[in-house]
Amino acid sequence: MRASGRRTWQPRAEASPQVVNRGSGVEGSGEQAGMSGSLGRAAAALLRWGRGAGGGGLRGPGVWAARSSSGGCSAEQLDALVKKDKVVVFLKGTPEQPQCGFSNAVVQILRLHGVRDYAAYNVLDDPELRQGIKDYSNWPTIPQVFLNGEFVGGCDILLQMHQNGDLVEELKKLGIRSILLDEKKDQDSK
Amino acid sequence: MLSGRLVASLVSMAGRVCLSRGSAGAGTVGPVEAAIRAKLEQALSPEVLELRNESGGHAVPPGSETHFRVAVVSSRFEGLSPLQRHRLVHDALSEELAGPVHALAIQARTPAQWRENPQLDTSPPCLGGNKKTRGTP
Repeated sequence: MRASGRRTWQPRAEASPQVVNRGSGVEGSGEQAGMSGSLGRAAAALLRWGRGAGGGGLRGPGVWAARSSSGGCSAEQLDALVKKDKVVVFLKGTPEQPQCGFSNAVVQILRLHGVRDYAAYNVLDDPELRQGIKDYSNWPTIPQVFLNGEFVGGCDILLQMHQNGDLVEELKKLGIRSILLDEKKDQDSK
Repeated sequence: MLSGRLVASLVSMAGRVCLSRGSAGAGTVGPVEAAIRAKLEQALSPEVLELRNESGGHAVPPGSETHFRVAVVSSRFEGLSPLQRHRLVHDALSEELAGPVHALAIQARTPAQWRENPQLDTSPPCLGGNKKTRGTP
């Protein structure tokens, strides 16, 4: 079932709550997203706040199995964690089952851009991580987004970057091509 | 720019989120809200300051002051990145954020940016949080 913001999302039972998920990315995003007309319309699709990361509980081959708890959240360990992957997010909940509207917004934005490979850490299952990442970033709230090891901001900033085109550019610098570019190309060629 | 349809969907979404219940009862301003307003006014001398208690749309008891949305319009933001702007707001509210405030949605704009779009956005609906640790940021 393709995800749609208007349908009720039925989350799958998860293997473990302490899962580092690979965002399952693209499913269902094509029908909503599109830069045709303006980024405002993509923002409108986003703002229907479709829950979860994709349709039908599909899991791609990049999904990790459950990981053990972070086992300590020193600055050094968190530094290594945020640098291990190009796109790293700290959420309340998981991409498949976000437990916070702001965390879900981050998931939806990444989904709109077709970012499939990202590390997502659920702070609700690890109180040390929850406080540790706030101290590390000197940022008081969750979600938190890191691109290329660098703290970018929370949900508001990511949404702003999505709306003004900066996110497409930042992803490009990481070698990630946003699918919104492909959809725009399709629109332009019609 | 927000289209008419998008504005309509935002308004109906706001209704579902029941933002009007967020205030500390019958439209009164609670102490946390008052403190946030005072501190932001002192720190940023804003031209416009719109503050909304959104706690009513989240999994917290009625009358809570835990979730806020703020639009701050200040020339102090000129030349600052979004991250720098948000950090300024956080610095002004460090006590509240270390204390009762769990969520703070921020729109930090220069006067010119605000004139282009003078509207307080709407937050996404709550997805329940972690009810086991309700009351913890």
